[in-house]
Order: sequence, then C-alpha cells, then structure tokens
Amino acid sequence: MAAPLSRSMFGSLNTCYRCSSKPNKGLKFVRNIYFQTANYQRETFETPSSTKDAEKETHFGFQSVAEEEKEHKVYEVFENVASSYDVMNDAMSAGIHRLWKDAFVEKFSPSPGTKLLDVAGGTGDIAFRFLKYVGTPTFGHPGDDFQMPRDVTAQVYLDPAEASSSSSSSSSDEENGHKSEQAKDGNYATQPDTMGNHVTVCDINQAMLDVGKKRAKALGYTTGLSWVRGNAECLPLPDSSFDAYTIAFGIRNCTHVQEVLNDAYRLLKPGGRFMCLEFSEVKNPLLRSAYDTYSFQVIPVMGQLIAGDWKSYQYLVESIRQFPNQEDFAAMIKSAGFRMVTFQNLTFGVAAIHSGYKI
Amino acid sequence: MLRRLNYCQLLRFRAQNLDLDLHTLKRKWGSSYRALSSQTAALGEEDLGREQTIQQYDQLYPGHISTTAFQKTLLAVGSGIACMINPARDDMICALGETTGPIALRYMHRKMLADPEGRQILEEKPVINTDTVDVDYLGTLPEGTFGKEYWYFLEENHFSPDARRPVNFIDDPDLVYVMLRYRQCHDLTHTLLGMPPNMLGEVAVKWFEAIQTGLPMCITAALFGPLRLGPKHRQKYRNVYLQWAVRSALKSKFLLNVYFEKHWATDITELRNQLNLEPAPVQLKKSGKNTKTK
Repeated sequence: MAAPLSRSMFGSLNTCYRCSSKPNKGLKFVRNIYFQTANYQRETFETPSSTKDAEKETHFGFQSVAEEEKEHKVYEVFENVASSYDVMNDAMSAGIHRLWKDAFVEKFSPSPGTKLLDVAGGTGDIAFRFLKYVGTPTFGHPGDDFQMPRDVTAQVYLDPAEASSSSSSSSSDEENGHKSEQAKDGNYATQPDTMGNHVTVCDINQAMLDVGKKRAKALGYTTGLSWVRGNAECLPLPDSSFDAYTIAFGIRNCTHVQEVLNDAYRLLKPGGRFMCLEFSEVKNPLLRSAYDTYSFQVIPVMGQLIAGDWKSYQYLVESIRQFPNQEDFAAMIKSAGFRMVTFQNLTFGVAAIHSGYKI
Repeated sequence: MLRRLNYCQLLRFRAQNLDLDLHTLKRKWGSSYRALSSQTAALGEEDLGREQTIQQYDQLYPGHISTTAFQKTLLAVGSGIACMINPARDDMICALGETTGPIALRYMHRKMLADPEGRQILEEKPVINTDTVDVDYLGTLPEGTFGKEYWYFLEENHFSPDARRPVNFIDDPDLVYVMLRYRQCHDLTHTLLGMPPNMLGEVAVKWFEAIQTGLPMCITAALFGPLRLGPKHRQKYRNVYLQWAVRSALKSKFLLNVYFEKHWATDITELRNQLNLEPAPVQLKKSGKNTKTK
C-alpha cells in the first residue's frame, strides 16, 4: 500500500474523499506537471502496471489515443484556447451560445440559498449567470482593484456550521495538502452571500480558471464564489454537499463520462439536481448536413483566423460527433442513479439540456 | 476512393474486419470510410457510423493540414482581412501566402530550376534555423560582411531565425520547400536591401518580393500596406523608396537563387554588386516599434 504521507503531498487532486484508496491513473500527466516531485519517489505510486490498462484506447475527436493520453491532450487543447475562448464562442455560434446558457439557467431556476457546483465551468459563464439570477450583489465599480473581502480563506467551501467546527477540529493531512495546493494557484474560496447562495466553479485546467477569476474581478463578484481545480471524474470535494450540479459544454471532453456522472451523484445532496448543457445530435437530416458542413468547413478556419489554432477547433467539432446522442446520454444519466431524467433540445438539437434528480 | 463492392465482397470485408472497432476502421480506411458506411447502410446492415469528414494531419509532409477548396478560399479572405487589421500577425500573413500562392510558387520553382545555384538549393534543401546557422559565429565576422549585417539585423530587432513558421496549407510537396525558402529568405532580403522591419521597410521589401516572386500575398501587402503609413513615411515612400524598390527588383538577380549560406563572410557591398542590387539611396533608420511585435 502506498504510504499515506506521500499521497498527501499531492493533495486531493488525484484522490477524492471517496476514492482515496485508488489514485486516478489518468492524472499522472497533470501530477507531473503541477506538483514538485523532487523529494518524492514516483515508484511508490500506483502506476499502470497491467498491460491491459495501458493498451486501452479511446477517441480524441476522430483520432484514437490511449486513455491516459486523452486527458493530457484535452488539457493542452484548453490551455491553448483559454485566452480566446469567449471570443471564439461568440464567433462560432454567432452569439447563440449566450442564449443557450440563458435558457439553461432559466430552466434551472435556482431558488435563493442554493449551493451550486459548476463543473468544467472555467471561464465562469454559468456561475455568473447563476449569481445574477439569484441576485448576489456586486461590490465596488466593476473593474476597480478592490480589496479582497475579509472572509476569504484558502478552504474548500463548507457549510457555515461545519466551517466553525473544522477550524477547531484537526483536519487530515490530505485536506491541508489540498488547501495549500489550491491556494498556491490563487484559487480562492469565499463564504456564501447573505441569502446563502454559493457557487463552486471547478475545472481541470488552471488557465481556464484564471480567465474566470479575471472576469469575476471585472464584474465585481466578491462573495458566494469559489474556485477549485480538479478532475470531474473524481473531484476533491465532500459527498452530498451540493444542491445542484451543472456542467455546460464540458462533459464531452471527459475521458470517462459515466464516472463523471457517478461522481455527480456522489456530490449531490439527496433531492439535488443534475443539469447538463451539451452539444447533441440534430435529428433533421437536412439541417444536420448543413450543420456538419458548417462545423467541418468553417469552424477550424475560424479557429485559425481568430485564435491561430486549427487543430484545437478541429478537435472540438469532432468531439461533438463522438459524444452520445440525447437518448443515449439520458440512459447513461439514469444508470448513474438519477431519476426523472429529461432532456430538452435547443436549436433543433444542436445543443441539449439534460436534467436528472437524485431521489 | 473505394470501389463499390457487391454483396458477397461486402460480407467478406465485414468478416475480415470484425475484430476492428469503429476508430481503427476509420483510421484504416480514411476517406473511403464514408463510401463504405453509406453502402452498408443501403444494404440494410447496421450503419458503420455517422457520415463525417475526417481531418488528416501530416499527410504529405510534417505540418501539413489538408483543406478543401472552400476552406482555402475562406482562409484566404479571412487572413487577408486579418492582415489588414493587424499586420503584426505573422500566422495570417503565412496563411494568406500559402492559400493564394500555388501559381506563383510554380513560377518561382521554374525559375529556380532554370538557374544552377537554384537547382542546387532545391536538391540540398538548406534550412535556416539556429541548428544550421551559428548565430554567435555570425557575430564574430568582420564588419561589413553579409553575415555580420544579418547578425546586426537579428540583434537590434530581437529576432531569431527560428521564428519563421512552418508551411501548413500547400498541397503540392514540391512547392512546400519553395515556400519555406522564400519565408526564410525574407530576413536576408531585409539585410541585403538595408531595410529595417518597420512599416515602411516592410512595404519596400514587399514591393521588391512582389516583383521578383509574383506572390499574391506580397502584391496585396505592397498595394495595401502603404495605406497604413504615417504622413512622414508616406512622403518618403512616394519620393524615394517606391521607385527604388521597383528598380532594384527588376535589375537584380532572383534572390531565391542565391545560396546565402555560402556568403556569410562575403563583403556586403561586393555581394550587392554581384547580385546587381542597388543599395537604398537614403538610409532608413528604424525608430519606435517594429511590425514584428504583436
């Protein structure tokens, strides 16, 4: 068994509270890049020893790659696109992605006091719409250099009751390691606002989170917002701690979609709602062929012209085709344990909102 | 393209490829996959997958991105507009050059084949980057040599010979090297002409290159670049540099036929005489930001 002390040096990026007994092998690349491993001997970690694991292949767009490699390749794609992500979204969808996200939050209709977990929400589109919907106040003139509020701590968000008790009780090595790692990246956590609303934004890619933090500062959101870097398949957050889980245009980039859904089930409180906004299948054949032509002929060219990156945008349009359609994805959500699973098409099926409840 | 199989051949194909999963099938059969997919669907068998185009990378040469004619047109128009808005975007200049260049590149290729030194360059395919050219050695050369002048050019403007982008959108493997050589010789042309990389210097070099190579990208840059010049530069351009650039381009040897790597230690005035290159009548001094910075 790997020494517990050594595992904690990497924080909880590779082990969540639930699956602390099995470090996620796919995160090997992220670990190597982000953690100083000078003092640590890698041999004590569980590395993919079985050849069967090493041979397992998955899709990266239309290419075939090893499962372990996919996460790193997706990471690189988003690191390259992070700075021009919002501009490209506007260009590719002619601004329609804003309407989709508005419809998503409208369908979600959060009530005051909701604790939301927004996964793969790096640049914060859903998080800011949520805060606007529930009426979280903004402070100062947006864009000013404001002082960080007093209640900023380098902690993962906890309920107010737990927060007071955790400071007195001794926290485990893992939690400390995790907190310090998040703090090192500048990922702060704040307390919920006066109504009790709070959103935790998670993303595997620090570059995307940095863009989101910059936008939060420009918009003036200082309470009710936390940033966490982590892998959606195994987030470093406690069980049953959120009222709602949203993931917008992120789940198709995950290596194991079913594991993300299982983790969502774990993180939600009983009665919690899972919502997913994702590209899906256009049923109408005429529209589908027009959409395909636009996707494959125009979008990579746009990526080259605006962002200077053809391959990332070719990957993005291919990954849409590789993702299961509305019905198949609904079945996957059901098999994770969610009930009352429904979906609603947007723009003839170009995007779809899936919703399920943990009851 | 895969020929249409009759039913027995199709069944045999399916039986042979039973162990292949969808992705390997796509990879193996490439663009023929679509024909096969629709054929099996027509026969009432399960569809091999949705009809999609498959992007191929590095098909003809490393860095090659295969594009359709429609994509090339879009890229040409888009990169032209992007260049006008922001001339510092070198990737857009490269994209414009590659998508509009094939005819001119064939002309340049013919010119290179007609000259013995050009033929040698095409055979040996020398590449100018920090691996093949020792920049420090260039710095040790005596004053007034071509290599030393090039070194000054790199040092003053903080350039590196590695900064030249690879070729992506050209579909003819013969022309890929010609385009690459043109791109790498751009800085050397700057040095020979004595033009700094500010807007006026770039326009002068582009006029020179437009006349010598005939590349549409150079022609558009030469015609539309002056619109961005300030009043002082515009005066100089109209009075001195335009005429000079056109004159020297018509008189001098085709610069892509010059094996520059052999002339580092040659005195620059002597080299200009050999190439019949008239130096600039008025020295152009660089001041302020150059166009290479983004």
